[in-house]
Amino acid sequence: MIRLVVSNLSASLGGNTVLRDIAISVSPGEFVGLIGPNGAGKSTLLRACLGLIPSSGEILLAGRDLRQMAAPELARHVAYVAQDRDIAWPITVEALVDLGRQPHRGAFARPAAADREAVEAALQRMDIVKLRSRRATDLSGGEKARVLIARALAQEADLLLADEPVAGLDPAHQIALMQVFRALAQQGTSVVASMHDLGLAARWCDRLVLLEGGHIVADGPPATVLTADLLRRVYGIEAYVAEAAGGLIVQPTRLAQTGIEQETSRDSTV
Amino acid sequence: MMTETARYRLLIVLLSIVVAILFVLSLTVGPADVGPWQGIAGLFTGDDSLIGLVMREIRLPRALLGLMIGATLGLSGAALQGYLRNPLAEPGLIGVSASASLGAVIAIYTGLSALLPLALPLMALAGALCAVLVVRLMAGADARPLSVILAGVAVSTFAGAMTSLALNLSPNPFAALEIMFWMLGSLTDRSMTHVWLSAPFMLVGWLMLASLGRALDALTLGHETAASMGVDMNRVQRLAVIGTAASVGAATAVAGAIGFVGLVVPHLLRPLVGARPSRLLFASALGGAALLLAADILVRVVAPGRDLKLGVLTAVVGAPFFLVLVMRARRQMA
Repeated sequence: MIRLVVSNLSASLGGNTVLRDIAISVSPGEFVGLIGPNGAGKSTLLRACLGLIPSSGEILLAGRDLRQMAAPELARHVAYVAQDRDIAWPITVEALVDLGRQPHRGAFARPAAADREAVEAALQRMDIVKLRSRRATDLSGGEKARVLIARALAQEADLLLADEPVAGLDPAHQIALMQVFRALAQQGTSVVASMHDLGLAARWCDRLVLLEGGHIVADGPPATVLTADLLRRVYGIEAYVAEAAGGLIVQPTRLAQTGIEQETSRDSTV
Repeated sequence: MMTETARYRLLIVLLSIVVAILFVLSLTVGPADVGPWQGIAGLFTGDDSLIGLVMREIRLPRALLGLMIGATLGLSGAALQGYLRNPLAEPGLIGVSASASLGAVIAIYTGLSALLPLALPLMALAGALCAVLVVRLMAGADARPLSVILAGVAVSTFAGAMTSLALNLSPNPFAALEIMFWMLGSLTDRSMTHVWLSAPFMLVGWLMLASLGRALDALTLGHETAASMGVDMNRVQRLAVIGTAASVGAATAVAGAIGFVGLVVPHLLRPLVGARPSRLLFASALGGAALLLAADILVRVVAPGRDLKLGVLTAVVGAPFFLVLVMRARRQMA
C-alpha cells in the first residue's frame, strides 16, 4: 500500500498561498528528496503532511485521513525532524533521544526493553553514543542536529519527514546520514527529506520532488529532475551535471546568465 | 540515566523529609506560649483547652496553608516555565495573581469583606476565573505559548491598573491601608474555613498541572516537534492555564500575592532533576512547600509582634537570590 498520498493540497500562511494543488505519493522503502529554492514551500509541505498547519485537500496516511487521526496515533506513524534546533532545557542526550519513545509508552510506564533498544540503536546510527551523558544544550550545532535526528529515529515510525537534516553537518556526517536514510528505506521505512545540497540529493535519493513557488515542477529519479535546463529555470544557476564514481554528480557552478545579470557578471567572471 | 533517576528519587525523599520537619516546626512557632510537645498533643485531644484551640484554630490552618500554597506556587511555576519554555515564567505571568488581587481589592473597597469575611476570597477566586476566561479567549485556538504570555501581560496590566484606581479612589486611608496590607501577602490569622475554601481548587489545579509531565518533556524540543510526538497542544494550553488559575487563584484568594517562590524554586531545583520538566513538577511542589513554610516560620521568629508580611520576606530574600542565580548562569554561559 502507498504510505502517504497527498492530493489537491493547498495551504496558506498569513494570507499568502504557500502551496497550490500539490499531489505526491510516497511508497514504503522510498527515500525522497524535497528540493527547491528558498520559499518554495518545502517546509510548509512537510508541516502540512504532519497536520501542524491548516491545509485543504486530501492527505492519506496508511490509507486513512490524516485529519481524522488522534495526535498519539499519528505519532506512531510519522516522525518529524524540525528545521529549528532549539532545545529549551539542558537535558542529557540520552534523555532527549528517549523522548522519541513517548508515543509508544503509557502515561506513567517505565521504559521497556524495546524502548531501550530503540534508543540504543538510534544513538549508534547517529554516531552519538559517546555524547549520551552530555547536556544537549552544550553540543555544537552539528552534534545537536544528529541528536535531534536520533530522537526521531527512536520514534520508529514508518514515515520519517526531515526538514533540512543535513544543514550544518560535516561532510562525513552528511554522507553517514544519507547512508542511514538509505538503510532505513531498505528496511521499508519511507523517508522524505528537504535539502539544499543538490550533490547529496543527486547521489543518495531514490526520487526527487522539485518545488517552485508552492507547486511541484518535477517529480522523478534524480537524473530526470536535475537537468541543466530545469536547474537554470528554477534555481537560476548553471550546474555541472555528470555521471561519475557510480552515480550522478551535480555541482552548481555559477548564476545563470540572463538579461542585466549577463552584462554585469561578464566583466567579473570572464 | 540510572544515576540520574536514583538522584531524583533521593531528592524527592530528602525534600519530603524537609517539608515534614518544617510543617511540624510551623505548628510549634507562635506568640502563644505553647511547648512543642504540648502543642502537638493538643492537636489530637479534642478538648476545648486553650492550647487545643490555639493549635487547631490558629496554627494548624496556618501550617496547612503554608504547605498548600507553597506547593501550588512551586508546581505552577515549574509547569508554566515548561509550557512557555521560558525560565523567567512564573504563576503571575498569566494574569491570575493580579486578577485575584483585584477581586479581593474590590471586596475590601466596596466594604463587602467587612460585612461578610468570606466575600474576600470568593471575590478573589472570581477575579482569577475572569483572568482565565480572558486569557484563553485572547490566546485563541492557535495554542502558541507566546499568545498566552501576551494575553497574560495584558490582563495583569489591566488588573494592576484597576487595583491602583481602587487605591486612588479609596474612601478613607484605612481602606487603602487594608488593601495595601492585604496585597503584601500573609498567612496570619487564617482559619480552617480558608483551608476548606481553597483546598478543592488547589487540588483540582494540582491534578491538572501534574498531568502535564510528558507533554512538557516533549515541549523541550519546541511546540511543533512536540505536536509531531503526539502532544495535543490545545489540551496542554487548557490544562496549564486553567490548572494555574484554579490553584494560584485559590492561593492568592486566601493569602494575597506571594511572589518569587514560583520563579525561584524551579530554577533552584532544575539542575538537580537533570532539567527534565516532568521531574521538576513534583520536586518544585515540595520545594515550594518547604520554602514557604520556612519563610512563614521566619516571619514569626525574626519579628514577633511586628506582623512582618510573608510576601515581603519572600521578595526581600528572593530578589537578591535570583540575582545570584542569574549571575551564576551568565558565568556558565561565558
